[in-house]
Amino acid sequence: MSFLHNIGLYIIMLQKMFHKPTKWKVMKELILKDTEDTVVNSLGIISFVSFFIGGVITIQLALSTTGSFYPDYLVGYATRETIILEFAPTIISIIMAGKVGSFITSSIGSMRVTEQIDALEVMGINSINYLVFPKVIALLLYPFLISIAMFLGILGGMTACVYGGYSTMSAFIEGIQTDFIPFHMTYAFIKSIVFAFILATVPSFHGYYMKGGALEVGKASTKSFIWTSVSIIIFNFLITQMLLG
Amino acid sequence: MIKVKNISKSFDEKTVLNGISCEFEKGETSLIIGQTGSGKTVFLKCLLGLHKHDTGKIIFNDRDFEKMNESQKMELKSRIGTVFQGSALFDSMTIEENVMFPLKMFKNIPFDEMLDKVNLVLKRVELENSNKKMPSEASGGMQKRVAIARAIVNNPDYLFCDEPNSGLDPKTAIVIDNLIKEITEERNITTIINSHDMNSVMEIGEKIVFLKNGILEWEGSKSNIFKTDNQAVTDFVYSSNLYKKVRKMYQKK
Repeated sequence: MSFLHNIGLYIIMLQKMFHKPTKWKVMKELILKDTEDTVVNSLGIISFVSFFIGGVITIQLALSTTGSFYPDYLVGYATRETIILEFAPTIISIIMAGKVGSFITSSIGSMRVTEQIDALEVMGINSINYLVFPKVIALLLYPFLISIAMFLGILGGMTACVYGGYSTMSAFIEGIQTDFIPFHMTYAFIKSIVFAFILATVPSFHGYYMKGGALEVGKASTKSFIWTSVSIIIFNFLITQMLLG
Repeated sequence: MIKVKNISKSFDEKTVLNGISCEFEKGETSLIIGQTGSGKTVFLKCLLGLHKHDTGKIIFNDRDFEKMNESQKMELKSRIGTVFQGSALFDSMTIEENVMFPLKMFKNIPFDEMLDKVNLVLKRVELENSNKKMPSEASGGMQKRVAIARAIVNNPDYLFCDEPNSGLDPKTAIVIDNLIKEITEERNITTIINSHDMNSVMEIGEKIVFLKNGILEWEGSKSNIFKTDNQAVTDFVYSSNLYKKVRKMYQKK
């Protein structure tokens, strides 16, 4: 019952997000600030994780595909497919659910606890539009982060493969170019856009509707991470079934 | 002027406000007093539109709040200044940005003009040269003064304050009380303050509304609160030892 109630409340929040828009002059500043908080400040962790996980994926693939039955380019090919199809859009989004999601929930939740949201409402400001909408717009740049994750993941894989002595650079590059299906990129970016919307709205929902004090802000952040991750995994399945199945 | 007619509010079958009717005059500082849990904050939040009351009417200058359309409600809200119990300053903004916020949202005036207005109200609350401080760098009393400055910068017609001097030392509390009273008189606005502090009652309470268990138990002025026979009011007023002593002194006389 509570689950259905929350889904209904989430849909109402999405509707209210488009009502009574905040003045564009103010909204522009909010979008820029949220872009910095959610996208620009995530570049470091995403680059680091992508490069090294790309390397690990390649080493594991290389170790499990040694032998004369497998062509040399297979490692590059498998690395590319793994990173573009699943690692960059999905796993990075789950990492972002922890980093950006908990930031959004705790910042909005703290505003709720300290009556800052009430202050916005009594001034006649649509607090949902003011707080959530700029995050949704800022995270439209999320596919840009995902493309960096793709590039650095493959670069990390190539570095590990070549300098670890598992294969040659030319074989790895041949693998990257073999049987490339451009639609896989489209599929990855469609997923990224959907996940970006989830990353902006689910944590905002948990922060906006939280009740209680400082302890509950922490609990709301944990809950928000769980529900954002669950939503990403469910939508990952549905989109994959629809676009590739 | 605000007229409240027979408003009631319940949460999960628990009645928090029960048939409250009263009036708050323009240019007057009115106090809603009562013990913790008496329904003061819910009453104030109903007046602010943060809680929807179940029955009754709230009339702002002959206009029923419930009958207003969304844009009329928004227009009314932009003419209400509010000081929250915890100040509710935006902690990511400087003091100047906090005070400028209502102007940025509702006025289309150049930045310099906005800054002049901000400096004027900051001077009024004696916070000149604090523009660039963050709220976290300000003391409790300063934060309350910033909240008052933010509430009055847009020249509101109504000022609502939820326990504006809670958590402050008695001296600073009197400064805040007097500031609110002076601003009310200077700008001829309708001010409603939620409080359980008898010092505030004595200092600034021109009209006093006493709530008990969600019912309006008594209303009057600070001069007749000490003369009333209402047991609930006398229990509340004389709950402090200081006022008990004052009462004994009067009785001896």
